[in-house]
Amino acid sequence: MTEAISVAGLTKSFGRTRALNGLDLHVRTGEVHGFLGPNGAGKTTTIRILLGLMRADGGSASLLGGDPWADATALHKRLAYVPGDVTLWPNLSGGEVIDLLGRLRGGLDPRRRDELLTRFELDPRKKGRTYSKGNRQKVALVAALASDVELLILDEPTSGLDPLMEEVFRDVIRDERRNDRTVLLSSHILSEVEALCDRITIIREGRTVETGTLVDLRHLTRTSIEAELIGPVDGLATLPGVHDLRTEAGRVHFDVDADALDPALRKLVGVGVRSLVSQPPTLEELFLRQYREPAR
Amino acid sequence: MTGTGRLVRLILRRDRVLLPLWVVPLALIPALYVSSFEALFPTDAERIGYARVSAGNAGFVALYGPLHGTGLGELVAWRGGFIPVLVALFSALTVIRHTRTDEEAGRTELIGAAAVSRHAGLFAALLVAFGANAVLALIQAPAMISQGLPVTGSVLMALEFALAGCMFAAVAAVCAQLAGGARSARSLALVALGIAYVLRLAGDVSDIGDGATGWLSWLSPIGWVQHMFPYGADVWWPIVPAVGLGAVLVGTAAFLAAHRDVGAGVLPDRPGPAVAAPGLRSPLALAWRLHRGMLIGWVTGFALLGLVFGAVAQSVADLVGDSPELADVFARLGGASGAVDSYLAGVTGILGLIAAAYAVQALLRVRDEEGAGSAELVLTTGASRLRWLAAHLVFAFLGPVLALAVSGAVAGLVHGLASGDVGGEVTVVLGGVLAQVPAVWVLAAVAVGLFGLLPRFAPVAWGAVAACLLVLLVGAALQLSQWVLDLSPFTHIPHLPGGHATATPFVVLTLIAVVVGAAGLAGFRRRDVPTT
Repeated sequence: MTEAISVAGLTKSFGRTRALNGLDLHVRTGEVHGFLGPNGAGKTTTIRILLGLMRADGGSASLLGGDPWADATALHKRLAYVPGDVTLWPNLSGGEVIDLLGRLRGGLDPRRRDELLTRFELDPRKKGRTYSKGNRQKVALVAALASDVELLILDEPTSGLDPLMEEVFRDVIRDERRNDRTVLLSSHILSEVEALCDRITIIREGRTVETGTLVDLRHLTRTSIEAELIGPVDGLATLPGVHDLRTEAGRVHFDVDADALDPALRKLVGVGVRSLVSQPPTLEELFLRQYREPAR
Repeated sequence: MTGTGRLVRLILRRDRVLLPLWVVPLALIPALYVSSFEALFPTDAERIGYARVSAGNAGFVALYGPLHGTGLGELVAWRGGFIPVLVALFSALTVIRHTRTDEEAGRTELIGAAAVSRHAGLFAALLVAFGANAVLALIQAPAMISQGLPVTGSVLMALEFALAGCMFAAVAAVCAQLAGGARSARSLALVALGIAYVLRLAGDVSDIGDGATGWLSWLSPIGWVQHMFPYGADVWWPIVPAVGLGAVLVGTAAFLAAHRDVGAGVLPDRPGPAVAAPGLRSPLALAWRLHRGMLIGWVTGFALLGLVFGAVAQSVADLVGDSPELADVFARLGGASGAVDSYLAGVTGILGLIAAAYAVQALLRVRDEEGAGSAELVLTTGASRLRWLAAHLVFAFLGPVLALAVSGAVAGLVHGLASGDVGGEVTVVLGGVLAQVPAVWVLAAVAVGLFGLLPRFAPVAWGAVAACLLVLLVGAALQLSQWVLDLSPFTHIPHLPGGHATATPFVVLTLIAVVVGAAGLAGFRRRDVPTT
């Protein structure tokens, strides 16, 4: 499987601040890849390096088979980018910006443009200075989605959208996946990433901490078990992979690592189970666990 | 008025370097004039001779205002006549910086949501501007008294400067409400100041001739304060209309502020086209859209300046025609062949500097684009960095040339119609203004160099323009060393028409512009975008 983006050991400093500290990111062609991290983790810096706006201090980065810095102009014709904070020109209308950006990228599908304008309920006749943050984002989104490109790089594209528009955005991205476009979606809205992404990369303090499919990552995390038992259970507390065990009046609560799930359940079944509630790990838990732990 | 005090402190904290940078020098320059005039004209006879000649020199009167006396104080007050315009300019920019610029950046919302009253931001900006002018006056008056000049005149002259500043702070407060953004607010305020200056100029120059349009001065707030004549007639009453106008404008600004939404202007926004015109498909087409308004504004302004300067040229000729000894004085001044040529050469120098201000303003747009993030939108498409920057450079380098050419053509035409030699005058005057182009390009190139290599310091290019302006206006009077004068590229431009021109300075200045500009382009290709 080819990779649209492959980044290894990327480093970047601004003065004394180290923004990227050996970051790895691999996005396969045709997938929607979630790029997660708290504020200031280095998501935007990574994207700016991939776009040839900034130069990395060290490490390697390749984008659509080219060098993001040296081949910037040629590569840009094959991708579209939506920044997290979209600034438009005050005296250009939204429609003008959409057309201009599309033409500069090398082509725009007018039917798709009109369809997207309708779906996002965007008035293209308003001037740049009169749009709200969400509407400015919609302008950049329509320009990117209607462009004829292989790769979409979206930096927190829904941070200004209302819930209805966010649903529209999800539908549109699902369409993109069906059309085999590659999408790098930077976000910290976990439900969005969970709903849309094939694979995700979690970064923190300029370093990649996890990467893989959601299933892979769930494997790394704990399931919550709450069970009502017929008799007392022994040896559960000492079982490796069982955490936070609490027992009260025939009920047990605990969290269990994915690889310890089977032996733990066998113990429960051994004494007899009256009821059982199991909660699969959410991305949120995974995320919080990554961030609460001190940096490695 | 809740919160006004806090906001004043916030502004003072943000501008703790910027405010003293203009207040202190502008307050002290007149005091420096005193010693310099004493050195230049050690005897009464020499000073009186100079005053007599200057009072009838249309070029001088156009620049500095009317002169009605021969005393040392009167001469200093007259020669400092351009400084109130600068005080007004900086006061207006200060007010807009802390009203409309903040509003555009979203800082007003942040503060407006806190426990401050609706007008607190506007009043805080005005209070700071008024305070800065008060401090200017409090520095200036004692400095003049310490030079041995009368107390009354010194106080009056300090008031003249401060009132000009306060009136245009109030003008700027209104402009900040009318316009839809900081840029157009600044342009409106500059246009208002330009009109006030040109009205004063036209009226005063007419007064030394037949006086037919002398009343034009009285339409100009700058004209009011310049007719206070410190150390001479000591006219106090212009304080009344000045304070009155300030009060009316502040009231108007407050009224307008209460009747519009944050982020909106009073002048309405019209909807734009839903689809871009077929031509809007390149960085150059985008740059045209972004620079169009600025270009039209500056070219119009230059055409008006050309009109005024050209019209004045004939009264200079008439004046000299009446007085052979004046013609003799002019012939000795600066080696120019005639009075009219000497006047036109002086005027083209001013036009060159104004054109440099346009060049720097046009160029710093790229820094604004970078800071705001709209540059990223273009730079991540198929447009390369060079194409994007070059598109803006076209306007920053050629816009001022167009503006200069228009002013030269208009001035030559108007003067030629009066003197009966249209073809000859247009050629001569056009040649004189276009001779300024290499110096304008050097300043534009300085802005490109800073943008590419030291982006954080790009606004320092304004400092370079201000320094050249100071060299031009006060360099000779303060007898600055030649090497200081030589720092300004305008010093090296031959005085045209009339002077002797060789190719060397033009070639050298153009080369400097090319080298510095190329260094800036190379730097921009290599650096991070955005660099904060």
